[in-house]
Amino acid sequence: MPKGRRVGLFVTCLVDLYRPQIGFAAVKLLEEAGCRVEVPRLQTCCGQPAYNSGDRADATAIARQVIAAFQGFDYVVAPSGSCTGMLKVHYPALFAGDAAMLEAAEDLSRRTFELISFLTDVCGLEAVEATYPGLVTYHDSCSGLRELGVKAQPRHLLQTVAGLSLTELPGAETCCGFGGTFCVKYPAISEEMTQKKAADIVASGADTLLAGDLGCLLNMAGRLSRNGARVAVRHVAEVLADQGGEPAIGEPAAKKKSRR
Amino acid sequence: MSSARDRILGSLRRSLGREELSGEAKAALEARLAHPTANLTPARSQLPHAGQVELFIRMAERIDVTVARIPGRDEVPGAVADYLASHNLPTEFRMSPDPFLDAIPWERRPLLKFARGRAEPADLVGVTPAFAAVAETATLMMVSGPERPATLNFMPDTHIVVLESRAIVGTYEEGFARLRTARNAGTDGRYMPRTVNLITGPSRTADIALTLILGAHGPRRLHVVLVDGEES
Amino acid sequence: MQVSSHDFKARADKALHDPNLRQALSAMEKGFVSKRQAAVRDLPEFDALRDRAVEIKNHVLENLDHYLERFETQVLAQGGKVHWCASPKEARETILALLRTVEARTCTKGKSMIAEEIALNPFLAANGIEPVETDLGEYIIQLADEPPSHIIGPAVHKTKDQISDLFLEHHQKYGRTARQTDPQALVNEAREILRQKYIDADAGITGANFLIAETGSTVIVTNEGNGDLTQMLPRMHIVIASLEKIVPTIEDACTILRVLARSATGQEFSAYTTFSTGPKREADLDGPAAFHVVLLDNGRSAMIGTELQEALRCIRCGACMNHCPVYQAVGGHAYGWVYPGPIGAVLDPHFVGLEEARHLPSASTFCGRCEQVCPMRIPLPKIMRYWRQQAFERKLAPPPERMAVQLWAWLVRRPALYHFATRIAAYLLGRFGAERGYFRRLPLAGGWTRGRDMPAPSGRTFHDLWRTSGRGRGEAE
Repeated sequence: MPKGRRVGLFVTCLVDLYRPQIGFAAVKLLEEAGCRVEVPRLQTCCGQPAYNSGDRADATAIARQVIAAFQGFDYVVAPSGSCTGMLKVHYPALFAGDAAMLEAAEDLSRRTFELISFLTDVCGLEAVEATYPGLVTYHDSCSGLRELGVKAQPRHLLQTVAGLSLTELPGAETCCGFGGTFCVKYPAISEEMTQKKAADIVASGADTLLAGDLGCLLNMAGRLSRNGARVAVRHVAEVLADQGGEPAIGEPAAKKKSRR
Repeated sequence: MSSARDRILGSLRRSLGREELSGEAKAALEARLAHPTANLTPARSQLPHAGQVELFIRMAERIDVTVARIPGRDEVPGAVADYLASHNLPTEFRMSPDPFLDAIPWERRPLLKFARGRAEPADLVGVTPAFAAVAETATLMMVSGPERPATLNFMPDTHIVVLESRAIVGTYEEGFARLRTARNAGTDGRYMPRTVNLITGPSRTADIALTLILGAHGPRRLHVVLVDGEES
Repeated sequence: MQVSSHDFKARADKALHDPNLRQALSAMEKGFVSKRQAAVRDLPEFDALRDRAVEIKNHVLENLDHYLERFETQVLAQGGKVHWCASPKEARETILALLRTVEARTCTKGKSMIAEEIALNPFLAANGIEPVETDLGEYIIQLADEPPSHIIGPAVHKTKDQISDLFLEHHQKYGRTARQTDPQALVNEAREILRQKYIDADAGITGANFLIAETGSTVIVTNEGNGDLTQMLPRMHIVIASLEKIVPTIEDACTILRVLARSATGQEFSAYTTFSTGPKREADLDGPAAFHVVLLDNGRSAMIGTELQEALRCIRCGACMNHCPVYQAVGGHAYGWVYPGPIGAVLDPHFVGLEEARHLPSASTFCGRCEQVCPMRIPLPKIMRYWRQQAFERKLAPPPERMAVQLWAWLVRRPALYHFATRIAAYLLGRFGAERGYFRRLPLAGGWTRGRDMPAPSGRTFHDLWRTSGRGRGEAE
């Protein structure tokens, strides 16, 4: 499809390291929506750990690297609201005093989208061909929700997955307690927040928890696992790409399709 | 040594990167102050007057204010007596020394006893007029003065407000516009009495384990006797 | 108030293990959040009013010198007086001098965060004047000898049982020897005791939600009516306010009032909004004979034109803390100074120093809910990030924390090395974690694994798989 939108996939460091299948699910969904997908090799991390720790110099240097790596793409898409927010909302703020870089950052910002909202809002995707039998609940990760307005899009697409029923998570918009470096700098507070979230997830009665950010998913999966709760945790893109049969986050690789 | 006033103003102007305002900039601010105008006001209360009266009553119910609507001021003594009797309250009250209240035929209910003046610690019931009432949130606008001591709004356990329905306006801003007119406000901003109390329901607190309790320090009960009179 | 913000982590840990606090905080979360939501839903113009309110405050801050002078002119014209105070010390001494003019022995007080900011109560007590807090929440914590834990619900951290005990202990001297457990009975008891205090007081001190330049009025918003009795019964009314409380006109105050109560308690309007202008007029039957406004700067004038300026729009509604998951977890006392929650994380470093308060802006997930609900649209996370940059540049964080970030950034800036390193890490972690799918414990990740398992990576990185799948060839290096 040479005429399709040329999309640079920003894999994100967590997906790269922890759960590459989310990246492949993103590629599949984008290609099915008519995009040409490429993965620039010069990408690493969006720089958020440095930025949020107050290390502006390093954050700026990393931003320059990402801006260079994604020059020329029609769109830059990431399977994460948090990393997308960094590129889209925060990079321009880093270059306030540098007109040329500010222009480049704003150009990147205009082209950058979170995966699910890109599929619906830009590609016009209305439905997916996927099957996932089960009662699913969805957590709205903070950056996607509040920086990018991702709320209805994933729910809309999930409703088109065969066999899937969606139940709303009480307190779906409340932070799960991950917060990047927050969860290791202030572990006691983070655990309290995560414990509340885990209790809400269990109370929802769902057998699967989905969200659009791997950091939050690892956090919630880690707590649910520690609590011995039997809830499968996956990235929403995996289910939408019909890859819901893979072992869930924190499940052993050998124990395939053990969701039930 | 410079005064704190000079130091603070100097610091402000350093932060703002400019000298004291003058010329056009200053004139624009003066004009804004001399001719206050309402900002955005909610559509909720933009109704014909009868609708505003209805809105006032509806909003009052939501905030624990009781309303007795009567056709004219001759019915006020009966309405007050009925309210006091239904709450097992004494028939004595303290009343604002206000000409509007004075003109009410209190003698129709000879059991009612009242004294005029400011509230005293022993007073259990206060009866006052209201300068205006704001339909938007059922807010009573009380304007202090020799005839309307503000203590009556706060000290007695029970506060009965005799409100003429023509005093009901849509918004707070309309209430203050009426105040400016009533006090012949010019453009110098010197029209305010000692206090304007906007009262929206009886006294309340949630400071004990977030349980809502009425009558924290001010009145436990707020009752409005709404007098329709002749609509203009 | 004693500053203990440096101790945030220890105080937070203590709070997380305090069962009374857990109980009080869980009630708070339900109360404030859903009530605000309902109030906002009932007013279609809410967001447009927020925009207007922001414009008003921005306009004020750009012209603050002018409006302050005008306010003073009007207060004088109405028979009152304005006292400009650059520092807390000046404010305390000014108030004491005023109280001396009426030979005050006791003074009643309405709730005022500025009084907390200048630590007024211990100062008055040390000078032989008894300050009596009259807001029920403030009264409770005054009995408990604690600072407020919330800016609109100072005793929100106290359970009903704790309040019953406090009243029993402190009200014996008034002949109250029965332990009350019903909230209504507790309120009645405090009401009766405090009523006499109002009558006996020589002066009344209140804060101000607004100072109106047009008329020289000060405005307080309460639900209990305590601020009114405080100011109308004694001979002298002293208002203490910080200078950013100015609005140009009554109409401007009305606009902000429409978002204030809805954001704070979810009420459409608070029970009492009182505009006070000068002392009692000649023929008035009640009201204070003297009216003074103590105007405090305390470094605010220097915030204008800096990254902190937008925080001066704050109207102290408390919505940011009501919606903050960190505040909900640890409560207000953990923050260690007058202003807790997100607004405290933004203001406290300015007032008490970043060395003291560096944890406050750091202990946030940047979830953004505070900014979302702030009626004045203060970019709280952005200002917290500004403080984090200051802390990083001034090397205030412990070296290992800084070095970890810088090491990570160093690696991230070397893509080839990065991909090599992550491939090895993914392989090792994947291999050791494959059997269970997660780790119970992991070296260097104790912060994570003390309360959570660490899911194991799949074993190969995306970039590795992408290259070997044949898809990655020919792509931009």
